[in-house]
Amino acid sequence: MHQLIDLFLTFARVGVLTFGGGYAMLPILTREVVDNKHWATEEDVMDYYAVGQCTPGVIAVNTATFVGYKVAGPAGGIFATLGEVFPSICIISVIAAFISGFAEKPVVRNAFAGIRVCVCVLILQAVLKLIKKAVVDIPTAVIYIVILLLSLLFDLSPALYVLAAGAAGIALTLVQSRRAVKGGSAK
Amino acid sequence: MIFLRLFYEFFKTGLFAVGGGLATLPFLSDMAQKTGWFTQAELADMIAVSESTPGPIGVNMATFAGFKCAGVPGGIIATLGLITPSIIIILLIAKFLASFSESIYVKGAFYGLRPASVAMITAAGFLVVRLALLDTAACAASHSILQLFRWKELLLAVVLYFAMRKSKLHPILFIAASMVAGILFHMGGV
Repeated sequence: MHQLIDLFLTFARVGVLTFGGGYAMLPILTREVVDNKHWATEEDVMDYYAVGQCTPGVIAVNTATFVGYKVAGPAGGIFATLGEVFPSICIISVIAAFISGFAEKPVVRNAFAGIRVCVCVLILQAVLKLIKKAVVDIPTAVIYIVILLLSLLFDLSPALYVLAAGAAGIALTLVQSRRAVKGGSAK
Repeated sequence: MIFLRLFYEFFKTGLFAVGGGLATLPFLSDMAQKTGWFTQAELADMIAVSESTPGPIGVNMATFAGFKCAGVPGGIIATLGLITPSIIIILLIAKFLASFSESIYVKGAFYGLRPASVAMITAAGFLVVRLALLDTAACAASHSILQLFRWKELLLAVVLYFAMRKSKLHPILFIAASMVAGILFHMGGV
């Protein structure tokens, strides 16, 4: 029980210290989990992070579940994850309550109009960074362009795109590996 | 039953949003259109609030959207909905981590998923651009392409882009600076 509470509190601290989402979390997580608590090695954390990045859900939550599971099994995974999201729930509830009362004030409207400009630029920068990792050859470039056009032109559920892209990825990889095998036997 | 629907909608988002953080954005944009729980403009504000407060962005957005829809319990239910699929999937994966990363099916799926995820984030970004930098109503009224752009905002965006490339300052500082610029130059039009 002591260990579960320790997991909850440690990840609550990581949650409080992380500004700007999953990508900002890695250095803070490493300091708490590797240096302070010795729950995992730096390599472990990188692996968790990589899997968290390409499995569904929020990266920070996935990573918390991983570390918690390693330390104390399924219950550990659940306690670490609840710890991670606890500060967010408190802080955002307060802010949401505060903002809904002020949303109609001119100063708030002007402020958010300015902030939205910044959000555009932040998204642009995130996209530029992600494209480098995701679009690595011609097939991935085609997937990127097709899904982008479909999302802009049609009003379908994003879940459909995820399923279709996953299936396309599997098909492409299988074809490529088969071709590699054939190329090898021809020699 | 609003809480069940909240849980279900965010469970779906948690299940299908691959890539973390902003990957939840296309799903929330879709949700705004289908349910009317919050508007596209509120969603853009949510991103700003999430970027400038601690915690994972996806979780913050779920809490914020849930709160907008049904108060404090709504925020909690939406967040739990979002993280439940993660917990289940990761607990399963943690058991089979070694074989998981070697499977050609899993590798192939992620090979296709990554560009799709970035494409959906790009499309969601266009929505915010239209809201923040373009004025389609003024353009349609005046029949002038020059009226399409919000020039003050566009200039701010260019300045921000190069400032961010030059410095490694925390995003919250740029958000704070944009907020001040928005107030000083009446970017909300009031």
